[in-house]
Parts: sequence; C-alpha cells; structure tokens
Amino acid sequence: MQHAETANRPEPARRRLMQFLLGGGLLASAASFLYPIVRYLVPPAAVDLGGDSVVAAKVGELKVNSGKIFRFGSRPGLLVYTSEGEYRAMSAVCTHLNCTVQYRSDVREVWCACHNGFYDLNGRNVAGPPPRPLDSYDVHVNGDDVVVSRRRGA
Amino acid sequence: MMASAPEYAREDSPHRNRVVQWFDERFGWERLLAPLRHKTVPVHKLSYWYFLGGMTLFLFMIQVLTGILLLLYYRPSANEAFESVQYVMTQVKFGWLVRSIHSWSANLMIFFAFAHMFSVLFLRAYSKPRELTWLTGMVLLFLALGFGFSGYLLPWNTLAFFATKVGTEITGQVPLIGKPLLIFLRGGEEVTGATLTRFFGFHVALLPGITTMLIAIHILLIQRLGMSVPPGQEAAWNALPAERREMPFFPNFFLRELMAWYIALGVLGVLSAVYPWELGAKADPFVAAPAGIKPEWYFMFMFQTLKLIPAKVGPIDGELLGILGFGLAGLIWALLPFLGGDRYGRRQVFIRGLGIFALAYMLSMTIYGYVVAK
Repeated sequence: MQHAETANRPEPARRRLMQFLLGGGLLASAASFLYPIVRYLVPPAAVDLGGDSVVAAKVGELKVNSGKIFRFGSRPGLLVYTSEGEYRAMSAVCTHLNCTVQYRSDVREVWCACHNGFYDLNGRNVAGPPPRPLDSYDVHVNGDDVVVSRRRGA
Repeated sequence: MMASAPEYAREDSPHRNRVVQWFDERFGWERLLAPLRHKTVPVHKLSYWYFLGGMTLFLFMIQVLTGILLLLYYRPSANEAFESVQYVMTQVKFGWLVRSIHSWSANLMIFFAFAHMFSVLFLRAYSKPRELTWLTGMVLLFLALGFGFSGYLLPWNTLAFFATKVGTEITGQVPLIGKPLLIFLRGGEEVTGATLTRFFGFHVALLPGITTMLIAIHILLIQRLGMSVPPGQEAAWNALPAERREMPFFPNFFLRELMAWYIALGVLGVLSAVYPWELGAKADPFVAAPAGIKPEWYFMFMFQTLKLIPAKVGPIDGELLGILGFGLAGLIWALLPFLGGDRYGRRQVFIRGLGIFALAYMLSMTIYGYVVAK
C-alpha cells in the first residue's frame, strides 16, 4: 500500500532503516503486552497438601469383597478388601481418560464406568480401553488404621 | 477533497487480495465497506475533540479484555470473592497488573465518557439530526456508571461493602418504586452474598450485553450522520468553501486514533505499575464503617450534595429532594437535544450556559468533597 511518488521517495537504505525501527518497535511493544497475558493465563501450580501416606480407612470399616474411594492428596485412591481378607490399594484415576474407577464385587475386578475398562486387583489393565496399569500403593495396618503409602521410587 | 477508493479496493488492482475477493463474491464486502472508505473527518483547530469518543471506546475494549482475564480466577461468592482477588493480586503471574489495568481503565473510561459528553455539548454536536446519537450516548454514560457501581463491590472489601450499602439505600428512598428496587438490587433486605452474586451478573453479563448493543447503534449513527463540524467553523467554511479541510477516516484518521490508543495503553501500564490498585480489608457486616469513607470520584458530586442538604427542606425529606433533583437533572440532560430546538437558535446559548453551570457544579462539589470536607 505504498502511495509515495517515486520522485520524492527517500533513498531505500534510509527508508529500510526507518521501517525496521518502526516495525521492530511495534513488534517489541506488542510482545511486551502479550507476555504478561500469556503468563497470566498459566495458573499457578497448586500445592498438593497430601503427603506420601494417608489413613484410608479404619480396620473393620470395609466388608470382605468390597472397595472404598479415599482421598490421597488431591486425587482419589481405591482401597479394596479382597475376599481373601487382604487389603489392596491403587490410584482410582483411570489411565484411559481420567474417570474415577470403582470395585465391582460381582466380577471381583476394578471397573471404570466411563468406557468399560477393567483392571485386576493388582491394578493391571485387563480389558477395555485403558492403556496402562493403575499406580498401586502399599498398604499396612497400624493399630486401628489402614495406612496407604506411595511406593518409594515408583 | 473526497478520497477516491484506495488502490487495493479497485477491481483491477494487483494488490486485490484473493481472500478479499472470495468474501466480496459472497457478501458484497466492498459495498459493505464503501461507506467506511468514503467517511471523512473535518480538519480544523478543534479536531482533537474528535478523539474523545474513540478513546472511551478503546478503554471499553480494554475493560472487556481484562475483565475476561479476571473471570478466569474470580469467584463470585461472599466467602471466596475477596480471597480470589487476593490470589490474583499475589499468586497469579501479572495478576496485579491485569486487575490494576482493569481498575485504572475503568476510571479513565468514565472520565473520557464525561469529557466526550461535555465536548459534544459545547461543540453543539448533539442537535438535529444527532438527537439519537446523544440519547444513546447518555444511556451509555449511565451504563458506565452502573458498571462502576457494580464492579466496585466485586472484590468484597470494606469500602465496597459500605459504598454498596449507601448506594442501594439511596435508591431505596425513591418514592413508590424505591423499596422494591432496593430489594431487587440487594437480593434481599441487606447487602449480603446474594447482592454480590447479583452485581456480578449485572457486571459481567447484563451490562456488557446492553452496552455492546448500544455502542453498535451509537457508532452506526455516527457513521450514518458523519462528523459534526462546530457551528463557528461551519459558518466560516460556508463563507469560504475553499478553506474546507477534510481527511479520510481510513486510514488517515484511524491511524492517528491508533497512535492515541497506543499512548493510552502506555499510560495505563505506567499508572498500574506505579499505583497498583489496593484491595483493602475483607468486608465484615459486623464492623463499623471506617472514618473518611467516600464513594468513587465520579459519584462524589452527588454524595457531597446529599451531605449538604439539610434533613428537612420544608415538608420534604432533604435526601429525597436531592435524589429527585438529580433524577430530574439526568432526565433533562438526556433529552437536551429535543429541548434545544434549532442548532443556531437562541436556546442554544441557554443550553451552553446550562452546560457550563453543570460542569462548574460537578467540579466544585467534587473538589469540595475531597479537599474541604475531609
């Protein structure tokens, strides 16, 4: 969109310098306006107040062949009391699309209702769309408490 | 000097872009844009006043943008509002900047809206055929005040809490509709979390919707009627037609406007960085109002007037008299072009006098409120 007449056009070198300075200045200031906005859009990291272990249930709270969702930090965990009388604990976040899984006492497996994914009691994905096993946690009984803790180095 | 169509708009131009052509074939794009290309802006010694409306529009756009950004973190409830604003100010990167720009830009927008209104009044740009432009502009000014009033409460701090209590209480004094209006505004008898939820809705949905629509009408009217030339200038040009000067709106005037907006953005950045907006203390309904409490500066002249009116003026409540007076004045003000008659008539002199009086009154009451009556 240059309308300048050829006759009074300044010599190209000077014009190029002016264009560079003007364009560069505008570009730099535009960047300085956009940078804070982009930084603002990124939410500050939330502090996960959950430690490495949590009391998931009391002894006797769960019936045989049943499960319970408990709070582990900011995410849900699943505690299962198997028919053999063993405690198993794993992440309750399905590895497929993040739904929360549940224990199905009829098939004795962990089931995700969203897309019909199945995991066994060790958290291994055995059927349906889940691509990976659930993270499994250590469980030990401390007095009256069923304590679940993250596996070191896992 | 009417500008001919720019080169890129001509059919045979090599600059005519394929995308433009694609749209043109489907929408008649060029014909749609033609009025904008032909629009001119008169050039005279008072041309700078033409920038005020555009500046108000620019600040409104800043409000929309920063408002949307604030919505990402703001939580409109009595338990969380203050904390969420605090979070924006202290935890979110550049949150202090975004909020401060929103507050500064809000205040500047109202300032420029008032300046625009008075310039239109004194340059007689409001009279026939521009009555509707003035009327939509006045409604927009009232909406801007509504934005200010509703937005002020949202951080849920002490000052905002009491400002809202007082402001809505004043509304409640209006005869007949006052009480229902107060209940409607507060969402109950008292200023509570329910009030906050309502004000939030007004501030981010109702007012922006109406305002955007009215701005569109306002601009369409300006586009349709062209720029007003002050009467003195018009007379001089009519006597000497060769002296008439104009510039194309696009791109000549538009680029000048962009420059002004660019500077305004810089000023906003500096103000926000040097004087970031304060948050104050969280509102507590069971704490006494702090001493020296006062409203936003653009409500100051009304606030100060109400303070000066005695409790009883004859048989009438002083407060009520003040409110009815301001209501009537606002109504007359909005209808000025219909009362002013001919653009060159004698009533115009009266209206100018009225304008000077109003400006002087508002200025002196505001100064009185801030300096003398501390």
